[in-house]
Amino acid sequence: MAEIKNYTLNFGPQHPAAHGVLRLVLELDGEVVERADPHIGLLHRGTEKLAENRTFLQALPYMDRLDYLSMMMNEHAYCLAVEKLLQVEVPVRGQYIRVLFDEITRLLNHLLWLGTHGLDVGAMTIFLYTFREREDLLDMYEAVSGARMHAAYYRPGGVYRDLPDSMPMYEAGKYKSAADLKRLNANRSGSLLDFIEDFTNRFPKCVDDYETLLTDNRIWKQRTVGIGVVDADRAKQLGFTGPMLRGSGVVWDLRRTQPYEVYDRLDFEIPVGKNGDCYDRYLVRMEEMRQSNRIIRQCVDWLKANPGPVITGDHKVAPPSRAAMKNNMEELIHHFKLFTEGMHVPAGEAYAAIEQAKGEFGVYLISDGANKPYRMKLRSSGFAHLSAMDEMARGLMIADVVAIIGTIDIVFGDIDR
Amino acid sequence: MPVTPEVLLSRLEGALGDKLVSGRVALGEVTIEVRPEDWHDVAMQLRDEPGLRFDQLIDLCGVDYSAYAETGRAEGRYAVVMHLLSVARNHRLRVRGFCADDEMPVIASVVGVWAVANWYEREAFDLVGIVFDGHPDLRRILTDYGFIGHPFRKDFPVHGQVEMRYDPEQRRVIYQPVSIDLREVTPRIVREENFGDVGHG
Repeated sequence: MAEIKNYTLNFGPQHPAAHGVLRLVLELDGEVVERADPHIGLLHRGTEKLAENRTFLQALPYMDRLDYLSMMMNEHAYCLAVEKLLQVEVPVRGQYIRVLFDEITRLLNHLLWLGTHGLDVGAMTIFLYTFREREDLLDMYEAVSGARMHAAYYRPGGVYRDLPDSMPMYEAGKYKSAADLKRLNANRSGSLLDFIEDFTNRFPKCVDDYETLLTDNRIWKQRTVGIGVVDADRAKQLGFTGPMLRGSGVVWDLRRTQPYEVYDRLDFEIPVGKNGDCYDRYLVRMEEMRQSNRIIRQCVDWLKANPGPVITGDHKVAPPSRAAMKNNMEELIHHFKLFTEGMHVPAGEAYAAIEQAKGEFGVYLISDGANKPYRMKLRSSGFAHLSAMDEMARGLMIADVVAIIGTIDIVFGDIDR
Repeated sequence: MPVTPEVLLSRLEGALGDKLVSGRVALGEVTIEVRPEDWHDVAMQLRDEPGLRFDQLIDLCGVDYSAYAETGRAEGRYAVVMHLLSVARNHRLRVRGFCADDEMPVIASVVGVWAVANWYEREAFDLVGIVFDGHPDLRRILTDYGFIGHPFRKDFPVHGQVEMRYDPEQRRVIYQPVSIDLREVTPRIVREENFGDVGHG
């Protein structure tokens, strides 16, 4: 009988299932993984070091580029940390808008996760469906901030501006008939909130559609049930947070246990898994999408009824209005100082964490009283999750490694920072 | 219900005794400082003490304090900061330990206490140059293969030391000293207290 030797396989960094630039060195015994050693850092840009050389406001747009699938949530954690140091209050309407867009972002993230996870393990169709809904969500981003992805919409003290009163419409062109145009623009005639409300009415049906494609699908279950099992104690040891921790049956959601903004006024439920495998984590995320939809609906109802300011009136933190700036010397000086020298944050340190789509995203800021952070450390959930790759993949097949990469929901922007 | 930061601090004082160098509550967060020689024992206690039960290490990072408020800090140059979370008790804690030697910062590894510390310690070693005694596999993690230096130290320039390009003569990728200059658009300024208040100056 021929002698079988272990061999080493280089998975990535240009593998389509590596979700970016993961280089995974797999030690294999036949098709069984003996050891998985992820090599990361191929997307390392030194965001934390860059922030030390930027003012507090200039550092904000870098946050979008960390986890580039849940952009506004990263900004949120950063703003919370700066606000904690500055001790500024965010107006309630600003808080509701943040929660609204956090949940829109969660949907964006989960939809992309679902589509690509499916694609990785061989389910092609789901990808096409989830990207259809993502388009509407990205239109909401664009309507509110002008950018489809890198929004820079949250600012320390609130959000940059109030929600717009109109949605951009499709325009007539060579390839669109009048009937098509009417259909496409049907839900865009009102305000952004009307558009979001229409979306929340449609979305539960969409989640049902996704579930018919996957939940009872035999191939999907064969690829995910019993794969990458982590029990609750081990999940805590390995630093799991978010859906990865909940999939192992731990009831832990920062939105409920350590509520920030207005989450304590909203009605939603926290789904948890039982077995801690890829399939349970899939079910948890599917239910989270339904719950997010509920939260979005509650925020829309509140925002429609309650107008008000969306950013703090402290002009040492937030800029004054354009009109005030042009009529008032003091406001002009505030504006000039804020955008040249930037805000001065009192000396101290703060850690602010939010329940991001992938887990706990935290920003640790040390300030020595200057206009720039002294040290910033970003705690991304993906970093901790990927470090457990070796333990989760050991003893499984190569094909299961792909399923585990999918279930971790990795994005290299925030792992490599 | 989670306990208040003050209650947590008094529990820590009771549990750690004279291992606790200082502890304080600021902005609703509890921060304690411990000596580097007690680092591992304190971590064990924080995890297992019934009133504390910090079952998760959320974050661990190295900090270079050499330029803090222009003068640095008296305790030393390098510190390691851990952020702990107790899922069981629902509270958080920040633990800081200053390394004894500024030339060769060493501190005990906590991989045996929380498995997730493995990569966080590799990152702190890579970026700040802190050596974790007892770490099973202390390799660089985020920087390039063969990288020299620790980029998050304050004396490391933000644009780096070397740049990489393809050399058509040697027909390979080469490293050379950076050709760009450091450009600071907005200077770093620390203002005195009450700067800009009415009646000032």
